[in-house]
Amino acid sequence: MNRSSKLAFAAVALGGAAIAALVASTVTAQGGVTIKLACGTVGSQQALCKTAAERWAAKTGNKIEVVPNVASSNERLALFQQQLSAGSSDVDVYQIENIWPGLLADYFVDLKQYVPEATIKEFFPSMIEADTVDGKLVDLPWYGDAGLLYYRKDLLTKYGYKSPPTTWAQLTTMATKIQAGEKKANPNFWGYVWQGAAYEGLTCDALEWVYSHGGGTIVDPKGNVTVNNPQAIAALDMAAKWVGTISPKGVTTYSEEESRGVWQAGNAAFMRNWPYAFPLGNGDTSPIKGKFDVTVLPRGPGATGKNAATFGGHSLSVNRFSKNAKAAADLVVFLTSAESQKERAIVGGYNPSRPSVYKDADVLKASPFLGRLYDVFANAVVRPTTVTATKYPRVSEAFWNAANSVLTGKAKAAAAMSDLENELKRIKGAKW
Amino acid sequence: MGGIRFQPSSDLTGSRAQREVAVQQSTDIKPVPRVRRFSLAAWRARTAWLFLAPSLLILVLVAAYPLFRTFQLSLFDVSILKFPLQPTWVGFDNYVALFTDPRWWRSVWNTVNFTFFSVFFETVLGLIIALIVHSEFRGRGLVRTAMLVPWAIPGVVSSQMWRWMFNDVYGVINDLLMKLRIITAPVAWLAEPAFVMPAIIAIDVWKTTPFMALILLAGLQGIPKELYEAARVDGASPVQQFWRITWPLLRPSLLVALIFRTLDALRVFDMIYIVAGSQVETISMSIYARQQLISFGSLGYGSAVATGIFLILAMYITAYLVALKVEVK
Repeated sequence: MNRSSKLAFAAVALGGAAIAALVASTVTAQGGVTIKLACGTVGSQQALCKTAAERWAAKTGNKIEVVPNVASSNERLALFQQQLSAGSSDVDVYQIENIWPGLLADYFVDLKQYVPEATIKEFFPSMIEADTVDGKLVDLPWYGDAGLLYYRKDLLTKYGYKSPPTTWAQLTTMATKIQAGEKKANPNFWGYVWQGAAYEGLTCDALEWVYSHGGGTIVDPKGNVTVNNPQAIAALDMAAKWVGTISPKGVTTYSEEESRGVWQAGNAAFMRNWPYAFPLGNGDTSPIKGKFDVTVLPRGPGATGKNAATFGGHSLSVNRFSKNAKAAADLVVFLTSAESQKERAIVGGYNPSRPSVYKDADVLKASPFLGRLYDVFANAVVRPTTVTATKYPRVSEAFWNAANSVLTGKAKAAAAMSDLENELKRIKGAKW
Repeated sequence: MGGIRFQPSSDLTGSRAQREVAVQQSTDIKPVPRVRRFSLAAWRARTAWLFLAPSLLILVLVAAYPLFRTFQLSLFDVSILKFPLQPTWVGFDNYVALFTDPRWWRSVWNTVNFTFFSVFFETVLGLIIALIVHSEFRGRGLVRTAMLVPWAIPGVVSSQMWRWMFNDVYGVINDLLMKLRIITAPVAWLAEPAFVMPAIIAIDVWKTTPFMALILLAGLQGIPKELYEAARVDGASPVQQFWRITWPLLRPSLLVALIFRTLDALRVFDMIYIVAGSQVETISMSIYARQQLISFGSLGYGSAVATGIFLILAMYITAYLVALKVEVK
């Protein structure tokens, strides 16, 4: 090395050191990290999530970035699975559904490391239990969801009904009568809309029909395939008769937002949906503002009939590959805090995962229906995720395909349930 | 790839440059046995391999290696839901399961069905359109450009567009058909099992006919005009001209277009996935593979499905290559 090149080398080295120092100083000056967050997109979720996360960022001096996401829960799970199995740290905090902890547990950090025991005790114990896999706290519950029956108070009164239906048979009669009357003025009017597309949402709807008829939960807690029974067949036959009579034929392609589209435009007397549709239906621009209410979904017939609502909670978890797991866990604690949940309950109608929020006066004033949802949660039916573990996606897919084929008239309920039984046994193999 | 042959040149006295030229013409020159034939042939073969090496290397990297890895994975039972991955060797169990899997065969049947009908209609319509835009008329350039629009729209966008157009409550297709009094009540196109596959095929025909027309148009333009003039002088009718001149001379282009389209259609994913999701009536082989690999996270079985798709595609390619060879001869 000659002298001039030595000098040049020294200059470059110095320059490099200066740049490194500069970078280091900006990092320490800001003192924060960027936490990337993937939250739900259905209804008002994304906006609510973003404002709350930004409050945390302002408070802690960190930054947040809300990562764009997909609405369909199947697609979201597929996307998350792909990111996580590739060891990606692109997202620090994931919003996951209560049927996923068993599937994705390996990819999330144990929140017990970061969250004090006292805080964990403030949530519903049943939810914490569902989110704990092999002793590991995979996520913190954020809000609970359950299937509800939405009904139009004004139309019920107009057609001489004093109270919402309590059995499926009553619902069918009422929907038929209201639809016949309303269709004269509005050809697009339908009696009952729900989620009939071949996807996870249909698994929820169909599980409610089957369970409310006393037909069990597809796979029982011991792992036996129980779906091929007379009550389940009767339940699916009932739903198949709705298609094209009180529900549009296209309902077999509807997910949550399509059914809400029909309902919120004032084109349906009844709707099955999650609680999120309540505040949206009461929005200032909504044609049905103040004209509707919610109740528990109807019972099936006879002694075995009972009310049923599929339970669908959402929670927040931290990516095990996250480079800022501690800050990410802090964000999760902030978002699931009583204060944040209060805002979400008032503005978005999301059911708190902390019992204390239900007693809050502001919450009860803004959305009195939250209090009543307690009954719904008491009747909640859980999808067979724990027992089927990593095979749940296949079980659910087989079930929704079978249900969809009955709804579209491709198969008779009895044949479909018998085929489904064989299919599920094949998926199960020696054990789940 | 099978067409590369190295024949020794008979001209051994010429300069190297001359020899290079001779190689290019060598197919016309009968090889003459010589003493040095073997070593010269070896030398030429070595040079040829040297020149081929970069492309072969790229092929190995981007095609052979992933194929090999997929096949290797298909011999394991491995779930992406486990971290770290815990593969278990299962030998050919996944293939046994695949062979007896009714869902897989249903997806194969759906894909073949989709491919046959979409390629059939695209070819017929493409040929008609190509013949029309091949004739002389005012604004021909504009029409040729405009006809490419459906093909230029990304598949995801046009599929979503058609999905809305097919909607039972607010779709424009029902609206138009009702106004034209062809139907009296709205049809739930994508909900009726009998209509959903035809609807998807219709979307593909709309989208890909321009591609077919373009290739066939290029083929038509390659046919010398003199042939038609001679035919007219001989008093051949337009129909006779088509069957005696256009059809035989267009066949090689047609076959190439068919190969492209068939292979493309057999890989169909986006259109069906967006319009109908992964429902049994319309699930294609690619969607089935994605479902196993991504939705169910089973890398092993999913890889077996992927290998199955590869084998089916390979069958088609072989059949077409044989047909093409016969055609060229």
